[in-house]
Amino acid sequence: MRIINLIKHDRGGQLFLSVLALATVLIPLLNLLLPEGHPLHISTYTVTLLGKYLAFALLAIAVDLAWGYLGILSLGHGAFFALGGYAMGMYLMRQIGDRGVYGDPLLPDFMVFLNWDALPWFWYGFDMFWFAILMVMVAPGLLAFVFGWLAFRSRVTGVYLSIMTQALTYALMLAFFRNEMGFGGNNGLTDFKELLGFNLQADSTRIGLFIVTALMLALGYIICRAIVTSRLGRVAVAVRDAEDRTRFIGYRVEHVKLAIFTFSAVLAGIAGALYVPQVGIINPGEFSPLNSIEMVIWVAVGGRGTLYGAAVGALMVNYGKTYLTGALPEVWLFALGALFVLVTILLPKGVIGLMKRKEAQS
Amino acid sequence: MAKLITWILLIIGITVVSLNPTYASGHPIADAAELLKSKKFTDKYRAIELLEAEGSEQAEKILIALQESRLYYLKRDKKLIILAPDAEPLTATNALTHEDIGPIKKSAAKKISLNNRMRSQIRNVLAMMDLRNPLADKRLAAVNQMLDNPSAESATLIQTLLIDEQVPEIREAMEIVIALGKLTSGDKNERLTAVAVLDGNIHPAVRNGLRKLQQQTTDKAFAADIKQVLDNIQAKLQLYSLVENIFFGLSLGSVLVLAAIGLAITFGVMGVINMAHGELIMIGAYTTYVMQLLLPNDIGLSLLLSIPAAFVISGLVGIAIERGVIRFLYGRSLETLLATFGISLILQQTVRTIFSPLNRSVETPTWMSGSWEINSALSLTLNRLYIIAFCLLVFGVLYLVLKKSVLGLQVRAVSQNRAMARAMGVRSEWVDAMTFGLGSGIAGIAGVALSQLTNVGPNLGQAYIIDSFMVVVFGGVGNLWGTLVSGMGLGIANKFLEPWSGAVLAKILVLVFIILFIQKRPRGLFPQKGRAAEG
Repeated sequence: MRIINLIKHDRGGQLFLSVLALATVLIPLLNLLLPEGHPLHISTYTVTLLGKYLAFALLAIAVDLAWGYLGILSLGHGAFFALGGYAMGMYLMRQIGDRGVYGDPLLPDFMVFLNWDALPWFWYGFDMFWFAILMVMVAPGLLAFVFGWLAFRSRVTGVYLSIMTQALTYALMLAFFRNEMGFGGNNGLTDFKELLGFNLQADSTRIGLFIVTALMLALGYIICRAIVTSRLGRVAVAVRDAEDRTRFIGYRVEHVKLAIFTFSAVLAGIAGALYVPQVGIINPGEFSPLNSIEMVIWVAVGGRGTLYGAAVGALMVNYGKTYLTGALPEVWLFALGALFVLVTILLPKGVIGLMKRKEAQS
Repeated sequence: MAKLITWILLIIGITVVSLNPTYASGHPIADAAELLKSKKFTDKYRAIELLEAEGSEQAEKILIALQESRLYYLKRDKKLIILAPDAEPLTATNALTHEDIGPIKKSAAKKISLNNRMRSQIRNVLAMMDLRNPLADKRLAAVNQMLDNPSAESATLIQTLLIDEQVPEIREAMEIVIALGKLTSGDKNERLTAVAVLDGNIHPAVRNGLRKLQQQTTDKAFAADIKQVLDNIQAKLQLYSLVENIFFGLSLGSVLVLAAIGLAITFGVMGVINMAHGELIMIGAYTTYVMQLLLPNDIGLSLLLSIPAAFVISGLVGIAIERGVIRFLYGRSLETLLATFGISLILQQTVRTIFSPLNRSVETPTWMSGSWEINSALSLTLNRLYIIAFCLLVFGVLYLVLKKSVLGLQVRAVSQNRAMARAMGVRSEWVDAMTFGLGSGIAGIAGVALSQLTNVGPNLGQAYIIDSFMVVVFGGVGNLWGTLVSGMGLGIANKFLEPWSGAVLAKILVLVFIILFIQKRPRGLFPQKGRAAEG
């Protein structure tokens, strides 16, 4: 009942959720029921690709929650995404067991390769799924909480904050590239075998992951929607538009910021955890500042401050990326660069804003 | 096969050129050759002494061959021969006449055997020969070799040679050898004077000798003396390594300052976030590369010409960015950040398309390579020295431009109060474009400097953009001095952390430190005060 209330006045959201639901039902059916070669058959590869896009869409929603509703342009959400991914990757690594190249029952291959004889303390517990899922949320959440607590309390705002978040993800990238960190260094974590006993290479697991990702995206959207329509969300918008005034009225601005920023990081971590089993690898490249800034452009293209716009933007840009890097690899960076410039100058409200304007005119 | 032909040609060449000296019986070399063939070692010792006394190049060659077991005599006519090293099949030359004998069978010759006493005798003789060599380099090398293994005999030997020695460098090394030799002597007074001579000398052999003596001696007061001298030397070394670390830190800091100082203008003075700043540096570096392609014969000139060229090209690109994109986004800094990031991607890909994604290396002119050796513990590389000087020069010029020129005055006026400046007749749009061009041009100059330190590639700019922002933010936005201090400070901090933590971890620690520091002092080390700070 509450859910219906939440999206009653949210036409875009209704449309978004309906399309998502339709896709979640239809795509697995088209994959499973139709024979290969049928014009409407969707290959498992495409399903996994779409699943990856949906994980990105969830990430975009997390970025939009912080940027569109709180006014914090985070250039470090890639760090939260990657931390969630690493937590999931560690679970998948432990699931390999003695099926690795070196066949060590406890240590992942890269540790054997580095001549380690014991599992580092922070790898304990990751053989249990519930613990890994907890860490998927706790690790990025804790980082965001500590960082935010320091930054918001001392009123670091605007571009300063953006640059600090970028430095944060950059520092983490450098750190994760080191072998001594115990996260596989340059190569990251890969060669996963199974998740909860399901073989990751199997078509059924891949379709299952797609469905789970779609459900998580819908859930993430609804929770974010609940937040932005709540009292907290209203105050957040007030902070975005006039931080000092909100403070003078008597709200604890830093608490509002901290709560929403931390939740946004947790959401990004979950997106990372959904992304890793589908692509089969997580490496320090995910921490690179370029990745984080790409996420921002998904949101900008879709239109910030709408949540569903962010998701749509993520799907559009990533489809374009897959298409262009395949067909015209040199053009992709030109296109991405042009997208940054054109969207910020000509389309400050993104594609969704453009559509709304058209609608209002007609 | 080719190797053999080379050898034969070489040997023929030598045979033709050399005068084929022949030694009649009664000549020391001929006598020594006879004695060497003897079975008695006493004869052989005598032969070596004869060769030493003769002292010619030919004698030295025979001794080296003997030492390396390449000295044989032919069974059929008892001729002394030297086998060529590593040649297959074996080739030989006559040891006395230097005449080429050509390939021989191993069974046709008999080796001159030698024992350990002969080996050490030859080593000493060869060292003596080097010590008397007319070439200063050879003499120095010989003395240095003695430093590694000092003894009382070598000290007395050197003592006689010291009188004739003219080159101060060699004299210095010789005096160390003598002092080290005296340390091993029994006389206490002599030892004490030797210790006094060695005080403060940082040559590694001195430390080794003193340590050895420290363990051997039973005299407590003497041991304390030695310890004192050793401590002095250690302190001196530590001082030098401190100086070296500071130097490395300053040179790294200069790179950071050069990279950041353009940003200090565009970001600090104008308040524009330019994420394409790194790419403007990259353009400067590629300008240097292209200039070198244009002037391949004069690397030094092309480097000097690159400085104005890079300034103009990067400056023009900067002005184009400002006029084309940034001016539509004034007052919306987050959007500026995104748009300029897009520009940086486009510039990177453009360079990648034109110059290929591979790294290009830019040559360093000869007057910039090499190093300035102050002593054996401290040497400063010239290119880093030039970078530091260049950084200070650029900083000084920029500072003067901002403080003393009309443009500088207008820039400061617009950045402090745009509306008032316009009311006073300042063309603020023109000033914006010029300021941005100035900052971008400085970035281009930084690129010229960087091309001398690293490879030039499309990712060059990305590597510096975060560091540059950190330097500006840490120093305090809108403050050129702050940028200088913070860049140098961060460079030195990095270099002092490195030996303790490794390069990558040092970088991470510095980043984390800045992130924490900004939480405490959001306006940096040197915050702007007054009205300008509020805008």
